[in-house]
Order: sequence, then structure tokens, then C-alpha cells
Amino acid sequence: MSGRDVVLGRVRRALADVPGGEGPGGPPVVRDYRRVHGSRTTAETVDLLAGNLADYRAIVHRSDAEGLPALIGRLLAERGARTVVVPPGLERSWTAAADVRLVEDRASSTPHELDAVDSVVTGCALALAETGTIVLDAGPDQGRRRITLIPDHHLCVVRVPDQVVGSVPEALPRLSPGRPLTWISGPSATSDIELDRVEGVHGPRTLEVILLAGGAGAG
Amino acid sequence: MSGTYLGMPAFPKAAAVSTRDSRLRANLAHATRTIRDKRARAVAELDDWAQLRAAGAAVKDRTLRHLDHYLEQLEAAVTAAGGHVHWAADAKEANRIVTALVRETGEHEVVKVKSMATQEIGLNEALAEAGIRAYETDLAELIVQLGDDLPSHILVPAIHRNRAEIRDIFRREMGNWGRPAPDDLSDSPAELAEAARRHLREKFLSAKVGISGANFMVAETGTLVVVESEGNGRMCLTLPQTLISVVGIEKVVPTWQDLEIFLQLLPRSSTAERMNPYTSTWTGTTDGDGPESFHLVLLDNGRTDTLADTVGRQALRCIRCSACLNVCPVYERAGGHAYGSPYPGPIGAIITPQLRGVEGTLEASLPYASSLCGACYEVCPVAIDIPEVLVHLRERVVEGGPVTRGGARTVLRPARGHAAERAAMRAAGWVLGHPGVLRAGMRFAARTRKLHPRRLPGPGRAWSDTRDLPAVPAESFRDWWQRTRGTGSVPAKQAGDEK
Repeated sequence: MSGRDVVLGRVRRALADVPGGEGPGGPPVVRDYRRVHGSRTTAETVDLLAGNLADYRAIVHRSDAEGLPALIGRLLAERGARTVVVPPGLERSWTAAADVRLVEDRASSTPHELDAVDSVVTGCALALAETGTIVLDAGPDQGRRRITLIPDHHLCVVRVPDQVVGSVPEALPRLSPGRPLTWISGPSATSDIELDRVEGVHGPRTLEVILLAGGAGAG
Repeated sequence: MSGTYLGMPAFPKAAAVSTRDSRLRANLAHATRTIRDKRARAVAELDDWAQLRAAGAAVKDRTLRHLDHYLEQLEAAVTAAGGHVHWAADAKEANRIVTALVRETGEHEVVKVKSMATQEIGLNEALAEAGIRAYETDLAELIVQLGDDLPSHILVPAIHRNRAEIRDIFRREMGNWGRPAPDDLSDSPAELAEAARRHLREKFLSAKVGISGANFMVAETGTLVVVESEGNGRMCLTLPQTLISVVGIEKVVPTWQDLEIFLQLLPRSSTAERMNPYTSTWTGTTDGDGPESFHLVLLDNGRTDTLADTVGRQALRCIRCSACLNVCPVYERAGGHAYGSPYPGPIGAIITPQLRGVEGTLEASLPYASSLCGACYEVCPVAIDIPEVLVHLRERVVEGGPVTRGGARTVLRPARGHAAERAAMRAAGWVLGHPGVLRAGMRFAARTRKLHPRRLPGPGRAWSDTRDLPAVPAESFRDWWQRTRGTGSVPAKQAGDEK
């Protein structure tokens, strides 16, 4: 008998008390929790996102499309970044004003090569205001998961208000489970020393988020 | 510590030692108090917490009641997404499967994300026997591994260590495993985290095989979810070519939407954050991004035995947040090692005896490692009534009865050493079933009040060492009712009774 048959057989015997007529959809689950906590205007939701990102030590900037290239250029220069990895679908104009060497996100790059890169600039799939979270789905402007993991500095552009949702329940329907997702809430951190939060372990130790007003479609 | 849980003493014996360790007591009191207050604030932010909690429990219960259906659905979805699914009935089988998978890659080193399931099955030891070195990459697991120690907390396995101890372990041991710690390493948490970052960097960058657990598995999509803080999880999940995830069968949830409940309940309950720094989800394999081969090992190892118990089954709802540890007065004083398994605290006291059976000395002692104060139930994000299960397991220890072990129904004999308890309960049952005897007994007790000792003699002495015997009233309720018919008048005799 295979391990599968053994385990499934045990499960079925263990559930002898469950009435035969009860389908996998039962008993019903009452979902009377909130879709979103509190009511806010769009601007207030964006402000909440900014506040919660900052609360977990992400550095938040605001910009419009016109000022974005200069802002990205300035932030990379302040950081002293010389090499920056960018996903293939990132708007070329975003990094046009940056005095850096751009490294393409390629399947053939090794983790060691990425380790030598100073910064990464990406877009995102969406952002959650209530939790201060940005979500990456490996889309064309975000790239492979590892490029936002190995460099020590991540610059992430969120188009507001289009890409901002209020809450976890609002986020999930907009995300595709078939894509590899990375939810990021602040820079990497640990609570492992005396249960106190310390920022900066294996992931990027500096997370900068640019809230780009008037993002695609918003005019 | 020997790095294994084999042959651990019964809880009272271990706790008698650990409660006298003043440094341990101070470390635990400090850490649990910090997180308790933070958790309360994080939970208070959501005014629908009670509804989320009820929904979380309901989703888990539904899944458990149809676990076979959801496991098959999960298997189909993972396979369709390019993953390979393996089934392990017990620890030995799971270790055999994982060892064989690692051997196939030809590698002799693996990097690991913190995983309760692999702790439970002793995977690192099994891999070591096969000549494969497993590197723990979670900071607290690293502290435990470098210190040749055992985890003592679900979320923070090194909670029993303070920063100075951690610095000493890093200085002493890091060089034996890879890049040594700097000589001038201080005990500031930021510097300790930096030392861990440097120590593990090379391992991540060159790792070919990663081993993980998972917090959730979504049946309808075949998606696995790992919730973490440090980024070591992301490293292990995305950089290696081969990823092996060992996950308990109870971790499945039916739908993608169900995550909206658990991704709110878990971070606030465990690290007291609105959201943990990193959550990774993946479905099978993705071309050109992350591991080329993905193996999911579904682990039973006593879970189906637990499922067969209609009262104890609720323990399988557990999402391993560790909130119950942080509020438990017994855990705070005894520490995690006294529970003799990777699952300490109140949840451990009901999981360990169910996964392993109550026949062992340690396992039989665990349902008693509680004052039944109920704080654990109150904070549990999936509403596991831990006190109810504790009492249920106490009954099983004392009375024995039908249980499922290794998938087979068997009848457990009453445990030795509880004969007096059983006799007392039998006598009490008989008395309560005979109203005349009960009345006579109560009158006798009332009239002999002045002769009652403050402490019990003989074998009852240990019990009354730490407890006051209840004072017997001058008149029983039954007598009072019969005399007054509930008119509320003061019994005539009572005023003079104490003279």
C-alpha cells in the first residue's frame, strides 16, 4: 500500500462521525468580518498606506510622473549606488536620470552576481494600506523574485491610487495565485532576540517606497 | 541539552529544574511580557477580531471534516502546476523520502527555513546520518543549532537565550559552521543580526537544495504560503534549484479567499505585527523564476490519530502562532524545554500527547501542565478550547479507553499512578448517584468542621501543599432549602455555630 493510500485511508476512518450526506462545502462558514476596516477617502487610504509603511521603517517618498526620474536618480545617488538591477518591463524613463550602470534581470545571472549589485528598482502589483504592505507578483516591471531579495536596497514604485487597496480581503481577489507572490511589509526584520523587533537581516535592509501620483489610467 | 527530545523526563520533573533557573525565568518573563502587550494592541486595531476568529475556526473545522477531499484536491493542483506530491504516514517515512530526494540531487548540504514539521520528525538528524548537513537559517534556529540546544518556543526557538548568551554562542561556534563572527561582536541585537546575515550569506548564494515547511496550503489552487520576517525564507524558497516542503496534512485550507482570514489572524497573534515583513506564496514551479523542481511531502505522523478524536481534533486547527505560550503562566515559569517536544506551552500540552499517544511518562504528564486558567483559549486566533482538550486528555490518561494509534483502533489501559484518583472519582460518582448517602456525608462533614485538618494526610499531602482545603459550610444547601424553602431566612443555628 502506498503512503498516499495509508494516509487517506486513515483520514477517512478518522472521520467516521461526519454524516455521509455532508459535502465538502459544509458546514457553512459565516464571513461576517469586515472587507475593510473603517471608511476612508481615496486620499486617506493612500495616507494610511504611507503611515503604515513608515511605521515599519520603510522610507516613503511621493512624486508625480514628471518628477520621478529625478527623484529616483537622487535616491540612488544618495545611497551611493553604482549598479542597479532592473526588471525588463520597468519604464525606461524612470531610471533615465540615474547615473548608474543598469543590470538586466536575466535568467542566467547567478546569485553571486546579484550580490554584487547595489540596488534594485521595481514597480509592484498592488499595495495594502491597512497593513503597510506592497505585493510583487513577478510581473514585467517587477522581475524575478530574487532581484528584490539579494541587493541590499529596494526602491519600489507604487502607482497611487490605482494600485492601492484598503485591506487583505480587498487584495486577494486582485492577485493571481498562479504567479509567485512576495508580500513585503517594511525591510527584513527579526523578533528573535528577546522578542523585540530589529530591522535588517537577510532581505534588503533598506526599503524605499515611492508613491507615484497620477499613475497609469488615473490621469 | 543533547539536541534530541528522546528520553525527556515528565513535565513536573523537568519543570522542577527549570523553574529554579533564575536567568531562564528572567529571559522568559521579559520576552513574554513584551510580546503580550504588543499583541493586545495589534489585535485591538481590528474591531472584527471576534468574527475573524470564528471564521478562522469554522474554515479549519470544515477542512478537517473533509480532509481527504481537500488533500486530494491539493495534490491534483500542485501536480498540475509542476510540483511532485509525496505522502508520509510517519516521521521515518518522511525522513526517508526527503533524504532520497536530496541524494538524487547529489548535494551534501541543504539550507532550511524554520519548520515545526521538520523539527517534529527530526529531519536534521536523519539527514546527518545520511551525510547531509542541514543549515538552519532562521536567526533563532541558528542560535539553537550553533548552541547544540533545543527550541523552546514555536515562534522564537531561542527565547530562553538573552542577547549576551547569543553573542557568546556566535563568537564560539560560528567559525565551526562557516564564516566566523567578528572578534569584537557586541550584544546589540542589530550587530547580532548583522553577524547572522554575513554568516549565512554564502550559504544562501550557493545553496542548491532548500527545505521548508508551510503555514498554509490552498487546496483549490495548489498554492503554498510561508510567512516570515527575516528573508531567510525567501532565500531558501527562491534561490535553490530544488525545493522540498514538508507540511502537516492539517495545513490545508480550501480556497484562496480563505487566506484573507488567516493572513489577518496570524501576524497579529504571533509577532504582533499588522503584517509580517515577508510572505511568499508559490504554486508548483515557475519557468525561469525560483526552483526548477518542487516536492511537497504531506506528513501524517499522528495527525490522523488526532483527527479521530472528536474532542481533541480541534488541536489540528492550530496555525502555530504561539500566542498561547506567551500568555501562559505555566510556560512563562517552566520554559519550553520542560514540554519535551518541539511544541511547548499550552498547545504543546494538547498536541504532543495526541501526536504521540499518552502512553509515555512525559506525554501522560503534559495534560496536567496547566492550571486550566483559560488564557490560552482566550487569545487563540482559531478558538481552540485548550482547557477542554486538556481535561479530556486527563480523563484519557486516568481512565484509558478507545483511541486510535498509528491508524488502528485500540483500547488504552488506565495509566498507573492514578489509582487513588480513579478510586476517589469512582467513590464520588457513587455518592453523587445516591442522594441519601450524599446527604448523610454532607451532614457528617458539616458537624466535624472543627476537626478538619488544614492539610491532607498521607498521599493527599502533596496536593494540599500548594492548595487550601475548601472550607465546609455549617449547613448544606440541600438542608437549608428543605428547612426554609428558599425564603432566604438565616438559619437559626448558624449565628451560634462558631462559638
